[in-house]
Amino acid sequence: MGSFILRRIIYVIPALIAVSLISFLVIAVPPGDFVDRLAEEAAKKGDIMPLAEIEAMRRAYGLDQPLLVQYWSWITGVVLRGDFGYSFGWNLPVKEVIWPRLGLTVVLSLASLLFVWVVAIPIGIYSAVRRYSVGDYIFTFLGFLGLAVPNFLLALALMYVAFAWFGQDVGGLFSPEYIEAPWGWGKFTDLMAHLWLPMVVLGTSGTASVIRVIRANLIDELHKPYVTAARAKGKGEFALLMKYPVRHAMNPFVSGQNDIFVDIVSGGTIVAIVMGLQTTGPLLIKALMEQDMYMAASFILMLSVLVVVGTLLSDLLLAWLDPRIRYQQG
Amino acid sequence: MTTFDETSGMVSPAQEKRRGQGFEGHWALVWRKFLRHRLGVLGGIIVLLAYVVAAIPDFLAPVTLEAYNPAYAYAPPQQVHLGVSTEDGWQFRPHVNAYKTVVDYNSGRRIFTADPESIIDIGFFVVGEPYKLFGFIPAARHLFGPVEVGQPFYIFGADRLGRDILSRTIYGARISMTIGLLGVAASLVLGILIGGVSGLFGGVVDNVIQRLIEFVQSVPAIPLWIGLAAAIPRDIPPLQVYFFITIILSVLGWTSLARVVRGRFLAMRNEDFVKAARLDGCGPVRIIFRHMLPSFLSHIIATVSLAIPGMILAETALSYLGIGLRTPIVSWGVLLQEAQNVRTIASAPWLLLPGVAVVIAVLALNFLGDGLRDAADPYAD
Amino acid sequence: MENLVEIRGLRITFAGAVDVVQGLDLDIPAGKTLCLVGESGCGKSVTAKSILQVIDHPGRVSGGSINLRQTDGSVLDIAKTKPTSPLMRQVRGGDIAMIHQEPMSFLSPLYTIGNQISEALMLHRKISEKDARAEGIKMLEEVGMPDPARRYDSYTFQLSGGQRQRAMIAMALINKPRLLIADEPTTALDVTTQANILDLLGELQRETGMGVLFITHDLGVVAEIADEVAVMYLGKIVERAPVRELLENPKHPYTKGLLASMPRLDGDFKAPLKAIPGMVPPPALRPAGCSFHPRCEWARKDMCGHVAVLETDLGANHMVACHAYGPQAHKFSRVSKVVDVGAPVAVAKKAVGKPLLSVRNLHKHFAIRAGFFQRQVGAVRAVNDISLDVFPGETLGLVGESGCGKSTLGQTLVGLHRADSGEVQFADIDVRAAKGAEAKQLRTDIRMVFQDPTGSLNPRMRVRDIIGEVLQVNGNHSAAEIEEKVQGLLARVGLSPDYAERYPHAFSGGQRQRIAIARALASDPKLVIADEAVSALDVSVQTQIINMMKELQAELGLTYVFVSHDLGVIANISDRVAVMYAGRIVELGETDQIFRNPRHPYTEALLAAIPGRGARKTGARIRLTGHVPDAAKPLAGCAFADRCRYVTDACRVNVPELRGEGNHLDACLRSEELKLRSVSQTEALVSA
Ligand SMILES: Nc1ncnc2c1ncn2[C@@H]1O[C@H](COP(=O)(O)OP(=O)(O)OP(=O)(O)O)[C@@H](O)[C@H]1O
Ligand code: SF4
Ligand code: SF4
Ligand SMILES: [Mg+2]
Repeated sequence: MGSFILRRIIYVIPALIAVSLISFLVIAVPPGDFVDRLAEEAAKKGDIMPLAEIEAMRRAYGLDQPLLVQYWSWITGVVLRGDFGYSFGWNLPVKEVIWPRLGLTVVLSLASLLFVWVVAIPIGIYSAVRRYSVGDYIFTFLGFLGLAVPNFLLALALMYVAFAWFGQDVGGLFSPEYIEAPWGWGKFTDLMAHLWLPMVVLGTSGTASVIRVIRANLIDELHKPYVTAARAKGKGEFALLMKYPVRHAMNPFVSGQNDIFVDIVSGGTIVAIVMGLQTTGPLLIKALMEQDMYMAASFILMLSVLVVVGTLLSDLLLAWLDPRIRYQQG
Repeated sequence: MTTFDETSGMVSPAQEKRRGQGFEGHWALVWRKFLRHRLGVLGGIIVLLAYVVAAIPDFLAPVTLEAYNPAYAYAPPQQVHLGVSTEDGWQFRPHVNAYKTVVDYNSGRRIFTADPESIIDIGFFVVGEPYKLFGFIPAARHLFGPVEVGQPFYIFGADRLGRDILSRTIYGARISMTIGLLGVAASLVLGILIGGVSGLFGGVVDNVIQRLIEFVQSVPAIPLWIGLAAAIPRDIPPLQVYFFITIILSVLGWTSLARVVRGRFLAMRNEDFVKAARLDGCGPVRIIFRHMLPSFLSHIIATVSLAIPGMILAETALSYLGIGLRTPIVSWGVLLQEAQNVRTIASAPWLLLPGVAVVIAVLALNFLGDGLRDAADPYAD
Repeated sequence: MENLVEIRGLRITFAGAVDVVQGLDLDIPAGKTLCLVGESGCGKSVTAKSILQVIDHPGRVSGGSINLRQTDGSVLDIAKTKPTSPLMRQVRGGDIAMIHQEPMSFLSPLYTIGNQISEALMLHRKISEKDARAEGIKMLEEVGMPDPARRYDSYTFQLSGGQRQRAMIAMALINKPRLLIADEPTTALDVTTQANILDLLGELQRETGMGVLFITHDLGVVAEIADEVAVMYLGKIVERAPVRELLENPKHPYTKGLLASMPRLDGDFKAPLKAIPGMVPPPALRPAGCSFHPRCEWARKDMCGHVAVLETDLGANHMVACHAYGPQAHKFSRVSKVVDVGAPVAVAKKAVGKPLLSVRNLHKHFAIRAGFFQRQVGAVRAVNDISLDVFPGETLGLVGESGCGKSTLGQTLVGLHRADSGEVQFADIDVRAAKGAEAKQLRTDIRMVFQDPTGSLNPRMRVRDIIGEVLQVNGNHSAAEIEEKVQGLLARVGLSPDYAERYPHAFSGGQRQRIAIARALASDPKLVIADEAVSALDVSVQTQIINMMKELQAELGLTYVFVSHDLGVIANISDRVAVMYAGRIVELGETDQIFRNPRHPYTEALLAAIPGRGARKTGARIRLTGHVPDAAKPLAGCAFADRCRYVTDACRVNVPELRGEGNHLDACLRSEELKLRSVSQTEALVSA
């Protein structure tokens, strides 16, 4: 087991390197950079930036160096000093902008994941055990619907309902008075009051797919021979259900959690933009539009790291749950 | 009466009937099993209709894309009436009512109400604005529309420029439905190539490709898509944007297909009937195309139909954010751009109607894919 | 004698209102072993499950009664008890326990076997976890689990097949049930492990005095373990008698048929077998009247096809359900045909002349790879230095326990694997170097029949294309030629020529195997390698196929290499036999020599393990313990040393070579001095 964990953790390292490289290259390779963008904007206003000034600016920002050198200095900064570079757009070190946003992203993603579990697991079990019941049909249909509605559309629709019927503007993660306020009990409760809507929006498609996964797997498990064997021992139906089929169906569920988490983090970007959440999404778009390269690269990097770590956790959880993995690979 | 054919051990005529006489091939069995999946069939019909719409939007839409009329900005959907009641009783006469407008000086917006006095007749196969069917056949007939050209006809309402949302949604199908198809086609090529190589060579090659797939699958797609989409130069022609977006979607989309292909390849390689074919002396090409591919083609088709919805959703999201397709291209995502904030939506909720098209298309594709997946292996009972 | 369970008029129904069991009466006596025998699909398993009310959805008991006598003398009708009621739960695992064929799937891999054993205990007794553990370990010890304290915390995938079955038995017996239901508990095991498990069950039955309902399709196992036997056909008991009576004096044509189709090792084991024609129809197509009548050679259409059969009591506990013994008995002549003379009586062919296939020092090792770069970290020596000759027109049987490398050897010979080293010579062709025309000739001259008739036929192709493909690919045959050939072949393997148009899914297992054989014969081969070609089939079908293969051999002058784990089948079909152990041939000789006069201790142990079929049980039994050595570990000395009862120090140092005079070879250092036991020539099926 120990060596399995170790090996799994070591596997993460190349993944992280690849992720950081991709994050950087996606931003840096396409033609045009931040200075071009500034010059363009200046040109729109009518004053032409002299070439020398453009070049000087490039040098100042280090944009004249070869890509790999830029990458190297950026990534060593990140790893060694926790320095994510400088945001041209904000005129601030990236890390000052990025951390609070990332924190909220993590909180929102985890809350959504929790929502998925709390809602989907019982429904999935119910649907499998009461297969072809009215309830099962309803949940199955809702599941399909949940997968078919783009989450930004769901966000829009819910916001519209809240706005048109309850007169509430439910965007954002905080009420206006708390946005700039330091952390405290008041801000915390305010966050909780705002969190549920994006949580539901982000969790919907995950919930739908988890219900389907659990239902499908559990239906397979319900008639496995070991269930008959346990029943023949005299075990009661509910205890039986929980100890054998449900427990067995947990494995594919856990290994699927990774994809769900990726989807939540990934979908969170768009929902955040639509709902004006103070998470990474809106800033990422802004940074990309402005070609604020360190900012954008850092966001993509940190989101990817979040996912890679999530994958690691779900793999470890799976190994902990499934002795076959534990003993055969460890 | 049931009897035994003693020499052969064949059971009885009745049983043979149940087994479809044994004369049905793979695809016939797949088809029969698919037909039993009622939601799948329903989904299939809707998908088929959607692609028909995508093929001839000009004919189906009452007006063309160019049509606009600022006088009807944000006009709400008109109610369709099937007939009128006159002294002679009820009479079949499909029509909508024209609008009455008042300007609300507080908000500065026009308020539209239906004018029951003025009737705009709806006709079928009416002559309307001219267009070119399939891009080259000049035509002017529309499936339906106002009998008199130019009368306000907004059964899905109008947008900010007084354009007909119904017509635009119909045109949107052309892009939205095909971008999924193209994206999946591109992914499929990548997936079959990479998955096939992985499954065929095995060993280190397979290992490297598997790690690569795992890695690509663990990258959060949307931020990366956003990053890539934002890198598309702003000033290139729309058609190129369309292709760029397709490519971006398939960059991450090939992995699941590659997995399916590889898995099937590996499993198939060890099937006894493939071994038997090797012993018959079939070369690799014959084995792949005569024995292996037909066996998992149905699985691939099912996987493909399940992959298209993801592409449609992604395109919609990117376009909505303004970094995907842009006007003058009309896709459902582009149409949804009109619904940028809650206040706009609150005053013109019909702007979300193209979203309903997305939901229906995705639902139908999922149903279809589910049905195909169940039918892909008609031998398992 | 008291009955523990009395089943009356039991009816079990599945979806579509199909009665799988229809009006079954069965008494299960206390303190005895009752065997329930019948071919696959007769409803043995569902009957067993119905006693515990654990039939899988959508099956259910739809009529009749299952009366269980309680310890206090009262009677509980299980058929009327709600499956989920506490009363029923008490019966399950408490009064009646069950073990199954596949312990791997009947035990959960996610919990230790200890957890699952103590669970059974704690469901029926108030007991602390610590005490439950102690009892569990004690129980494991009783069922002969080696190192029980450690195994208690093992998972199923860490145990061998035999150990898993022992764990399952421990789980069933921990509550000291009064009835144990065992559903084919040894079918999935190797013959040597099977012998151990049968011994164990016999011992436990005698010690505890519990009743056992033992389900099997193997009459050898019946002879070994039963006190009484009930024969089941299509959901009904057709004959019932004490074991000796039933085996020596069978009455019902079905029982007679089963016995006649079983390869035997007593007497002339090469005598042609007599197959029951046809196969068990699905329950939905149960024939009217006597459901056996379409397959019965005594059947009188005027009666058997219409009139339902009643049980006839023949006295001495012998019951039979057949019109030929009923009130109308005088109408039946009750004469069975003697075995079809068409089937040639095999005259043992002498291994003389020039071999058709000659193998020298053949090695096939499978690399074990690990890590990202797939470095080779070891090798499984599947085929290890094998030399043998196959002579034209003979059948060479290849026998051994699972994993001994017999399939690998067969597959290497046809060219599915590339040998690592050694020589293979076929006629005048060096097989390992053959290219072009020679390779093509090998492909058409050496053909293979696979074990699984379902997996080996491409479901997407018509029978014609399956059989004809080898002709299409090799050489230029016109479509008409191929068509003609296919028609001819179909007729030859006993199928109607118009089946050429159909797809494989339209056929039963036996028919598919016939198609597979036709495919093998399409290129007019000289040598056919049959890898467990009859193992997946039911007894009667198995016999049909064996007889057909023998006929084809005689007609076409074929040479067979017949791979099987079933010693009875091997004895019946082979002229010579090679016994394999851990990748090597340990003994090679004529069938008579191998079975009557074995020279290798492993062969002796194999023969001793054959249930009931004339393995003489004088003196101490020969039973193998331990496992086949890990093929990945290199061995010094004799591979069998760890399990051999004659082992000496020299055995662990010197590798025994395959040698001997004439054509009886063995690989044992002590073969000259040892006097080994064999199967007897006398009638022995009932000597248990
Ligand atoms: N869950 C089920 N649904 C429908 N039919 C079933 C089910 N289980 C068993 N059957 C059918 O019931 C019949 C009897 O099955 P059963 O497993 O009892 O046979 P068996 O004699 O034990 O055969 P085997 O020797 O192969 O174990 C078969 O025709 C089988 O197809
Ligand atoms: S009743 Fe007739 S058909 Fe049935 S076993 Fe007896 S003789 Fe044969
Ligand atoms: S060589 Fe020794 S160990 Fe091997 S079989 Fe002979 S006696 Fe037994
Ligand atoms: Mg069975």
